[in-house]
Amino acid sequence: MIKAILIFNTHGKPWLSKFYQPYSEDTQKQIIRETFHLVFKRDENVCNFLEGRLLIGGSDNKLIYRHYTTLYFVFCMDSKESVFGILDLIQVFVETLNKCFENICEVDFIFHVDKVHNILAEMMMGGVVLNETDAQNKLEKYEADLAGAPARDIPAVKNMNLSEIPRNINISGISIKVPNLSSFK
Amino acid sequence: MALKMVKGSIDRMFDKNLQDLVRGIRNHKEDEAKYISQCIDEIKQELKQDNIAVKANAVCKLTYLQMLGYDISWAAFNIIEVMSASKFTFKRIGYLAASQCFHEGTDVIMLTTNQIRKDLSSPSQYDTGVALTGLSCFVTPDLARDLANDIMTLMSHTKPYIRKKAVLIMYKVFLKYPESLRPAFPRLKEKLEDPDPGVQSAAVNVICELARRNPKNYLSLAPLFFKLMTSSTNNWVLIKIIKLFGALTPLEPRLGKKLIEPLTNLIHSTSAMSLLYECVNTVIAVLISLSSGMPNHSASIQLCVQKLRILIEDSDQNLKYLGLLAMSKILRTHPKSVQAHKDLVLQCLDDKDESIRLRALDLLYGMVSKKNLMEIVKKLMTHVDKAEGTTYRDELLTKIIDICSQSNYQHITNFEWYISILVELTRLEGTRHGHLIAAQMLDVAIRVKAIRRFAVSQMSALLDSAHLVASSTQRNGICEVLYAAAWICGEFSEHLQEPQQTLEAMLRPKVTTLPGHIQAVYVQNVVKLYAAILQQKEQAADVQAAQEVTQLLVERLPQFVQSADLEVQERASCILQLVKHVQKLQAKDVPVAEEVSALFAGELNPVAPKAQKKVPVPEGLDLDAWINEPLSDSESEDEKPKAIFQDEEQRHAKQRPPEADEQELARRREARKQEQANNPFYIKSSPSPQKRYQDAPGVDHIPVVQIDLSVPLKVPGMPMSDQYVKLEEERRHQQRLEKDKRKKKRRERERRGTRRHSSLHTESDEDIAPAQRVDIVTEEMPENALPSDEDDKDPNDPYRALDIDLDKPLADSEKLPVQKHRNTETPKSPEKEDIPVMEKKSKKPKKKEKKHKEKEREKKKRKEAEKGEDLDFWLSTTLPAVAPAPEEPRVNAVAAAPEEGLEEPRGEVQDADEDKQQEPEKKPSKEKKKKHKKDKEERTKDKKKSKKKTPPREGVAEPMENGALDEDPLPPMSSYCLLAENSYIKMTYDVQGSLQKDSQVTVSVVLENQSSSFLKSMELNVLDSLNARLARPEGSSVHDGVPVPFQLPPGISNEAQFVFTIQSIVMAQKLKGTLSFIAKNDEGSTHEKLDFKLHFTCTSYLVTTPCYSDAFAKLLESGDLSMSSIKVDGISMSFQNLLAKICFHHRFSVVERVDSCASMYSRSIQGHHICLLVKKGEKSVSVDGKCSDPTLLSNLLEEMKETLAKC
Repeated sequence: MIKAILIFNTHGKPWLSKFYQPYSEDTQKQIIRETFHLVFKRDENVCNFLEGRLLIGGSDNKLIYRHYTTLYFVFCMDSKESVFGILDLIQVFVETLNKCFENICEVDFIFHVDKVHNILAEMMMGGVVLNETDAQNKLEKYEADLAGAPARDIPAVKNMNLSEIPRNINISGISIKVPNLSSFK
Repeated sequence: MALKMVKGSIDRMFDKNLQDLVRGIRNHKEDEAKYISQCIDEIKQELKQDNIAVKANAVCKLTYLQMLGYDISWAAFNIIEVMSASKFTFKRIGYLAASQCFHEGTDVIMLTTNQIRKDLSSPSQYDTGVALTGLSCFVTPDLARDLANDIMTLMSHTKPYIRKKAVLIMYKVFLKYPESLRPAFPRLKEKLEDPDPGVQSAAVNVICELARRNPKNYLSLAPLFFKLMTSSTNNWVLIKIIKLFGALTPLEPRLGKKLIEPLTNLIHSTSAMSLLYECVNTVIAVLISLSSGMPNHSASIQLCVQKLRILIEDSDQNLKYLGLLAMSKILRTHPKSVQAHKDLVLQCLDDKDESIRLRALDLLYGMVSKKNLMEIVKKLMTHVDKAEGTTYRDELLTKIIDICSQSNYQHITNFEWYISILVELTRLEGTRHGHLIAAQMLDVAIRVKAIRRFAVSQMSALLDSAHLVASSTQRNGICEVLYAAAWICGEFSEHLQEPQQTLEAMLRPKVTTLPGHIQAVYVQNVVKLYAAILQQKEQAADVQAAQEVTQLLVERLPQFVQSADLEVQERASCILQLVKHVQKLQAKDVPVAEEVSALFAGELNPVAPKAQKKVPVPEGLDLDAWINEPLSDSESEDEKPKAIFQDEEQRHAKQRPPEADEQELARRREARKQEQANNPFYIKSSPSPQKRYQDAPGVDHIPVVQIDLSVPLKVPGMPMSDQYVKLEEERRHQQRLEKDKRKKKRRERERRGTRRHSSLHTESDEDIAPAQRVDIVTEEMPENALPSDEDDKDPNDPYRALDIDLDKPLADSEKLPVQKHRNTETPKSPEKEDIPVMEKKSKKPKKKEKKHKEKEREKKKRKEAEKGEDLDFWLSTTLPAVAPAPEEPRVNAVAAAPEEGLEEPRGEVQDADEDKQQEPEKKPSKEKKKKHKKDKEERTKDKKKSKKKTPPREGVAEPMENGALDEDPLPPMSSYCLLAENSYIKMTYDVQGSLQKDSQVTVSVVLENQSSSFLKSMELNVLDSLNARLARPEGSSVHDGVPVPFQLPPGISNEAQFVFTIQSIVMAQKLKGTLSFIAKNDEGSTHEKLDFKLHFTCTSYLVTTPCYSDAFAKLLESGDLSMSSIKVDGISMSFQNLLAKICFHHRFSVVERVDSCASMYSRSIQGHHICLLVKKGEKSVSVDGKCSDPTLLSNLLEEMKETLAKC
């Protein structure tokens, strides 16, 4: 079983955390910090496994991580999960994200963490892997379905919060707020 | 109004969305916390809005903040609101937030039950999916119990997307509500052969997760899994199954034999590293379980080791790591095959990756032999010097000690070498394992008698150079070794070359900077040394010298007397007095040495660490029995026997003076200092020990400069371990030469055939004779020590509850409870019911329970035997050990046959289910007919159809869902009855009283919007009667209605509560009423009305109250109760379910139950006691009732008759 999934950047800033066991917010924060320190100090060309000598369970647990430019993807799992499987899974996850966001980068995580969560939810349920090898195809279809089926919802949402019209224009640090008039009904 | 709305939406326009929030946080790097708290305030405002979109946006932001570590539990209710939004996009946000922050402690979580159930039965698969995903994260035991049945239904959903999720979530449900495992298991098993590969894989996943905790219950599935393994091409599924087999083989070695061939084939054929790796792992597990049964398993081992070597040699660090990991598993049982790859492991020790080095270290542990120990340790020692991180260095240190000390120093041939290794290790800086080294030194010195002389000389040298070691005085630091050194020098002082010098070393002022416990050992051992010196001097008749030694002690001991450590102080002052006494005697020329050394006569024997645990309990001593009778009954009710000790502790605590808090202490300290400073008679606080030496006269007090050396110093006079390696090599060489000579002679006599063989093993372990005759003293154990360790299983293991026999047929009582509303006060499901009641009663029933359990265990055993037979059949059909080519068909045939056999013990339910699927028209099962009858009755006659039951009912069109219903023995029970219904709205209600308010009842009405309109301005009004009236808000007349405090968007339901005042409760009555509301849709809004009749039954005035059997007996004896009875014929329901029904629908609790007879109790809100005696005959039930009010009783019994007639 997978115990937790963490995504953070090279500064230890979490962009996504999913715990499949209840922890208090403080413990969660501590786990993220601890995991970051464990993972961060590792060289580029060493193995992707770490023994779990951390808060999140005892030595039965393993950390599997992958490092993509500025991001770390860390999966914490127990001994009964296949390490290679999870390693592949991370790759599949990232590839899927890449397709959904078209060239995923850190900014996508920053601003669309909810979407990442939703994609993750289609791959993993309560710590058990839901779609593995064919995750990609399924997800594409799922996202397509979503775009099609509840189409009536989406315009409303877009106007309300997921606005595609830039509300902030960032010109060399000065941000200007652009009132979003299209949402005015 | 309109203006307000416009203004509202303009305001909303400037609400931050998630992106703005993130951006904002990034722009406020310096005052992030402040900015976030400001945002949280804004979010709180947004949550107060009616607009669901605004709320969803706010919740979305909260989810983000939660990730940053902010507590958002305060918004739990708002999250539930967003979860219940009809729009999928909002709902998803709600569920996401819930999955991130809800847990078992979240109190509002019970409010979600209905919402989740609704979403589960939603026509949109995405609604269902999101609900399942969310639920998987926050399912609680209550939710699991309430929703288990709904999820079971979903396991047969038409869409694989839902089926898959439903199957997976069942695992979570089992964990939280283990009772659901048995009823759900047949269906789960079905899913292993689902046409959709995703569902199949999900089922495999769940069963594997279940089986790894309690593998023996799943052995019977082995044939099925075997079939899957040989037919599936999905690597993921294969990996899972192979892992599962790894867990099963230790239980059934024959399974291993069967597996080994297909697994070896896979190893040969697969290209996927992950699959290869898992296959190797399972083969290893199989071989471990077989141990020696198979003649040709060395080939398999060779294959595994070979494959692993390829992994380890790979440039990919991951493969290397896992290869080493798997290798260490082989090592445990087949060390020889791994030892051949020592070169590889030693090579990995130089790897730059710490994880790999650690794994290689693990392997080394099993690779050492007498032959190579010194070499390996030497290599490790060089690593110790090179290692930069302290953690890795500490790891090395512990590994060296582990390797050397393993299995009672089995591989050590030269203990002098080992001692010098330990001494070398003391030069490590900043290690946290000083105590480990110390323990080893003590252990070796005590147990290996031959080494004592050498050990003592090394230790005295160590004491002499203590200043090097003691530079870091941190706890568990390297200074711990001084503890061992001092003890060894003291205890074995007869071996000391120059005791005088060591004594002086131990009395150096610097010693007082060591931690207290070490000083204490110093003090104690100083006396031992002293005794030895005295003896020596007196024998030499050197009175002068003896007196000098005494003088030295008298001078130096006071520094310990002043120690802050109590232990040191006490020992020192005691010994100081003793020495002073000796001094007096010496002055009189009395020989004292004899007497002083008598203090330390005798030898201290090593005691095994487990000795205490192993002391057998003497016969006739019952440790669990009470020493004194427990105090009083009232307290002991829920106290465990342990509590008496806790109690004592508490009492102690009370006697202690209250501890002052930090500030108070600081204040007092300050005051005291002030006082002392002003007091001319007060001698200023004693200087710190170091300062004191400088003031004190004497040569020895020249301060020793601490040298902090980063390079480990070679202490002169200490032999280096390397020298031993050389010496040892020479010695062995010599030995070999001698042996060779002997062998040559022999060989000359023998023929060539044996020669090659002997040249291969020029030097086996047995050939090496230890350098010293060592006599390793075994640790002492008590007489009759218990032979083996008890397996310490964690009693809190959540998976223990899932240790359930799955092959036993399902009993009637084992059904998933079906839902009803708010069920905290009322008894819930039949199986939950009697247990609490019984427990409350007395201790007696517990015994019964135990007996019951025992019986079950017996049954289980029998079942296991049966299971075994089935497996036997499958396992005995051994595969022909040749030709892997025609594998598939053969295996299938083998697997299919026993499967039928396996089905047999599984019970009727499964069979019934299968029957039904084959012939949906016929429905032969009796049970089913009964249920259908019941269904009809419930729908037409009584209209007591609960809202909860609706979703599955409406699914009649789908045969699969219908199938689910057929499995329930007990129909869904809900205390909510239909009140009225039209095309807009459906009302169900329930009446509850409370013992606190004797003339009030609360009517909870669930209003469900069945239309696509928006319902608002709802108002409920009733025509009051003389006896009952609706409690209206103050100042309103009897004709005014009571407004419903909410509005209903389409498809939403909510509950409103109304209070009624009742005068007399002995009669049932009905109140007429109306619900008026405005229905608003796109075309406009209309005023609508719905009339209803509110029925107050006598039952609705009862409150479930538990009663103890003794109180119950008294009540019956008192004689102020009038009696009445009824009898109902034609009852086919089991007594258990019958009682459950009475308890649930009539709010009784079971007082006592004997066979088919039960006494029950309830109480009305006005305090009437109602006692029932329910007896079940063959087809009839008789109920005798006693109550303080005859009218109430007869009315109640009439109502009960109606309920029972339906059973």
